[in-house]
Amino acid sequence: MALTIQAAEPLGDSGAAYAGGRRRIAWPPMTAKLAAGLILGGLILLFGLIGPFLVQDPSRVNDLGLASPSGAHLLGTTQTGQDVLAQLAYATRGSLTIGAIVGLLTLLASAFFGVVGAYAGGWVDEVFSLVTNVMLVIPGLPLVIVISSYVPDKSLWLVALVLSITGWAGSARVLRGYTLSLRSRDYVLASRVAGEKRWRILAVEILPNLVPLLASQVVFAVIFAILGEAGLSYLGLGASGSFTWGTMLYYAQNGLALRLGAWWWFIPPGLLLALFGAALSLINFSIDEIINPKLRVRTRAERRGWRMSRQQLRQAGEATL
Amino acid sequence: MTVPEPVLTVTGLSIDYLVDPVVHAVRDVSFVLRRGEVLGLAGESGCGKSTLAYGIARLLKPPATITAGAAVFHPRDGEDVDWQQLDAGRLRAARWDQISMVFQGAMNSLNPVISIRAQMEDVFTAHRPAMGRRERRRRCAELLERVGVDPARLTAYPHELSGGMRQRVMIATAMALEPQLMIMDEPTTALDVVVQREILREITRLRDELGFAVLFITHDLPLLLEISDRIAVMRDGEVVELGDAVALYTEPKHDYTKRLLASFPSLTGERGAFLRQGLDERLLALDATSTPDPAREVTT
Amino acid sequence: MSTLEVRGLTKDYRLRQGLRGTALRAVDDVSFSLEPRRTVALVGQSGSGKSTIAKLLMQLERPTAGEIRLDGAPIERRGAGLARYRRTVQMVFQDPFASLNPYHSVGHHLERPIRLHHPGMSGAGVRRRVVELLERVRLTPAGEVARRRPHELSGGQRQRVAIARALAPEPGILVADEPVSMLDVSIRLGVLNLLATLQREEDLGVLYITHDLATARHFSDEILVLYRGQVVERGPADDVILRPRHDYTKTLAEAAPNPERRVGQARG
Repeated sequence: MALTIQAAEPLGDSGAAYAGGRRRIAWPPMTAKLAAGLILGGLILLFGLIGPFLVQDPSRVNDLGLASPSGAHLLGTTQTGQDVLAQLAYATRGSLTIGAIVGLLTLLASAFFGVVGAYAGGWVDEVFSLVTNVMLVIPGLPLVIVISSYVPDKSLWLVALVLSITGWAGSARVLRGYTLSLRSRDYVLASRVAGEKRWRILAVEILPNLVPLLASQVVFAVIFAILGEAGLSYLGLGASGSFTWGTMLYYAQNGLALRLGAWWWFIPPGLLLALFGAALSLINFSIDEIINPKLRVRTRAERRGWRMSRQQLRQAGEATL
Repeated sequence: MTVPEPVLTVTGLSIDYLVDPVVHAVRDVSFVLRRGEVLGLAGESGCGKSTLAYGIARLLKPPATITAGAAVFHPRDGEDVDWQQLDAGRLRAARWDQISMVFQGAMNSLNPVISIRAQMEDVFTAHRPAMGRRERRRRCAELLERVGVDPARLTAYPHELSGGMRQRVMIATAMALEPQLMIMDEPTTALDVVVQREILREITRLRDELGFAVLFITHDLPLLLEISDRIAVMRDGEVVELGDAVALYTEPKHDYTKRLLASFPSLTGERGAFLRQGLDERLLALDATSTPDPAREVTT
Repeated sequence: MSTLEVRGLTKDYRLRQGLRGTALRAVDDVSFSLEPRRTVALVGQSGSGKSTIAKLLMQLERPTAGEIRLDGAPIERRGAGLARYRRTVQMVFQDPFASLNPYHSVGHHLERPIRLHHPGMSGAGVRRRVVELLERVRLTPAGEVARRRPHELSGGQRQRVAIARALAPEPGILVADEPVSMLDVSIRLGVLNLLATLQREEDLGVLYITHDLATARHFSDEILVLYRGQVVERGPADDVILRPRHDYTKTLAEAAPNPERRVGQARG
C-alpha cells in the first residue's frame, strides 16, 4: 500500500511545529583578524562615502602652494594650492568606485564563464574554457596601453572596464575547478535522481556552496582593481579628470613632492592604499578559513579554546605564546 | 604452558581533550600485552581506540593530553622504559625500534612524490646510521620479500601500487627495525575482503616468525575474533570487557559486547535472520534523535 | 508496484592515454529483474562494476548496449517519460555525509521531491507529507528534525533522511547502493531492518548493492556475484553463500571473516 495523504487525520504537535525550511548563511567566525579587516575597511569606506560631503572643493586652486598641514588645510596643499584632505576624500571615493565596478564585472564574467561552463559540461565547457584560457594568456598591461592610446581621455568607467577584461580569467579558472568537483558530489546526483531541473540544481544546490569561494574571488578582484588602477594612474594611463589614490600619487610624482619633501601629499594616498589592501586581505584570509577548514585548526582563536597550562603546552612542543 | 612475559603494561591511562568542555577520550584504561600476543582492540567510531594507540606511542597532538597513568614498555633485554617519561632524543631513538605503528589509511601515509625505496631506507638512515648503502638496499629488499611484495617494486612510487601492496609496504616499513610491539590502527579497513584476508595471513605468519606483539585496532569484531588471542572491547573511552577471543565470542559478559556481536550477522549461521521479519524498534533506538555530541568529532 | 527488468546491460568507458584510448568494460552483459517485495543483492568488491550498474539504472549514465525495461516498456530518457521514471525508480546513496547538501535543512531535502512530483499540492500539504515521511523512518519529533541541518544529525539519522527522501515520490523500485557500509557498526542492522520493513509496507522491489556477503545473505532473496563487470554466479541467497559453485564466490566466502571457523577449531 503506497503512502497516501491522510488529510482528515488530526495532526500531532510535530505537524504544526514544522513551518518550512529556512536558509541560514554561514558567516565566518569572528576572529581578531576578521574584526581588524572589517573595522579598517569599514572606516576607509565610510571616509570615501561621507568624506566628500564634509570637505572643501578639491579642485580649487590658490596661492598656498605646497603648504604643510595647518589649521586651514589639515593635510596641507598640493603644488597648485589644492587641499590635500579634500582630494583624499574624493580619491578614496574614486578608488572604491573602481574597486566596486571591477568587483561586480569580474564576478559576473567569471561566474558565467567558470561556473556555468563547468556545470553544463560537454562542448559548452570546452568553449568557455578556451575563452578563459585565451584571456588569461593575453598580457594585461600592453592591452591597457593599446586601449589607452586610442582613447586619450579616459573616464573612470573605461578604466574599470579595462581592468575587468584583464582580470576575470583567473577567477574563472578557480571557479571552474571547484564547480567541477561540486558537480559530482552525491547530493547533486541525488537532486538529479529526484528529477530536479538542471538550472535549479545549479541555483539551489551548487551556488550556496560556491558562495565562500565567490566572495573570496570578488574581494581579491577588488584588491587587484584598486592596486591595478593605482599602478596605471601612476604611469599616466589612468582616469584623467577623476580623483583616485593613483592619480594623486601621479600628480604628486609630477609635482616632485618627494624631492621637495611634501610628505603630506603622497603619504596619505599611499597609506590608505596599503591599509585598504591589507584590510581586504585580512577579510579574505577569514573567508579562506571557511573554504578550507584545515586552516582553522591552529589559529589563535582555536588555541584559546584549549584549557592547557603553559607547562603542558611546552611539553607538547607547542609555542606558549 | 607458561604464560609469556609482558611486553607492554598500561596502567590507568587517561587521555583528555583539553577544550571547553573537557572531553574524556580515554578513561582509566589498564591492560597487559604479552610478548608475541595479538591483542585486538574493538570499538565503534568515537570510542577512543585510536586515541589510546596514539597516546601509547606518544603521538598525541594538542589539545589532547595524557592526564593520568602510564604505558611501560618491557624490552627483551634491558630496563623497563616508561614511554611517557622519555625525553625527545631517547623517544626518537625508541620509536620504531621498540614500538612501531601502521596507521589508518596507509594510502595516505606514503609520500606520493618519493619512491618506496627512499621511504623505507629513511628508517635505516635515521636509526642505523652506521649501516652502509648496500646493506640498506639488501635489508629493504628482504623486508619486501617477507611481506610478499616483489623486491623489484622498490623503485616504484606509491601511486603505482595497488591498495593492498601499499599496505604491505607500510607493514614492511613498520617491521624494519624488528620492533617488539606493533600497533596497527585499522590496517585493512579500506581494502577488499580478499586482499584483507591475505594481509591478515601475512601478519599472523610474520608474528609467528618474528615473535612481536600486535595491538590490532578495528571496529570489525568478526575479524578480530579470527586473528586475536585476546580482545578488549572499548566504549566511550573505557574498556568494558577484556578476555580470550573465543571465550568472548561464545560467552560475552558485558551487554555492550553482546550488542556489538549481534550487529554482525553471521555468514553461515543464523544470526541476522531477523532482518526481514518485522521492525525491531530497539535497534533504531540505539541511534536516537538527540544532537550528536560535537566532541565526538574530535576523537577517533 | 513496478517491475524493472535489465537485459544484457553493458557499459564501456573510454580511457584517454594521449591521442590513443582504450575501452574499459565496466559492466559486461548483466541481466536481472526487480519485482515488488523481492530483494536482489549485487555483491562485488571495488571495481566490480556494481556502482556503475546503479548509475545506469538511475539514468545518470547511458549504457553502451543492452536495455532496461520498466513495467515491460523500454525506459524513456527525456521529458514526461523521464519524469515518470524518476518517480518510480529511486536511490539511496552510500555516503550519508555527502548525499545531503550541508546548506539546506532536512525539511528542504524532503520538500523538493514532494513538490516536484505533486506540483499542485499546497504548502501545508507538502509540510504534512514531510512530517509523515520523517515519522515513517522513525525520526521524531519530526518537526524538530526537519528544521535541523545535516551536520546536526548522526550518520545513521542522515541515512534515514536519505531513505525518506527516496520514498517521497512513492517509488516502486529502490536501488540501495551500499546503504550501511559507512555507518557505525551497531546501527547498521537497524537501518537494514527499517529498509526491509518499508519494502514490505510499500511493495518495493529493492536492489541491494554491497560488498558484504553476510548482510546480503540475510537481507535478500537472490544474490548476483559480480566480478570485473560480469555476473559469475546467481541464485537464491542461501544457495550462493552456503553452496557456492563458482571459484570466485568460493574465494569470497572463504575470505569473509567467519568466527565460526575458529570456534569450531577451538572446540576440536
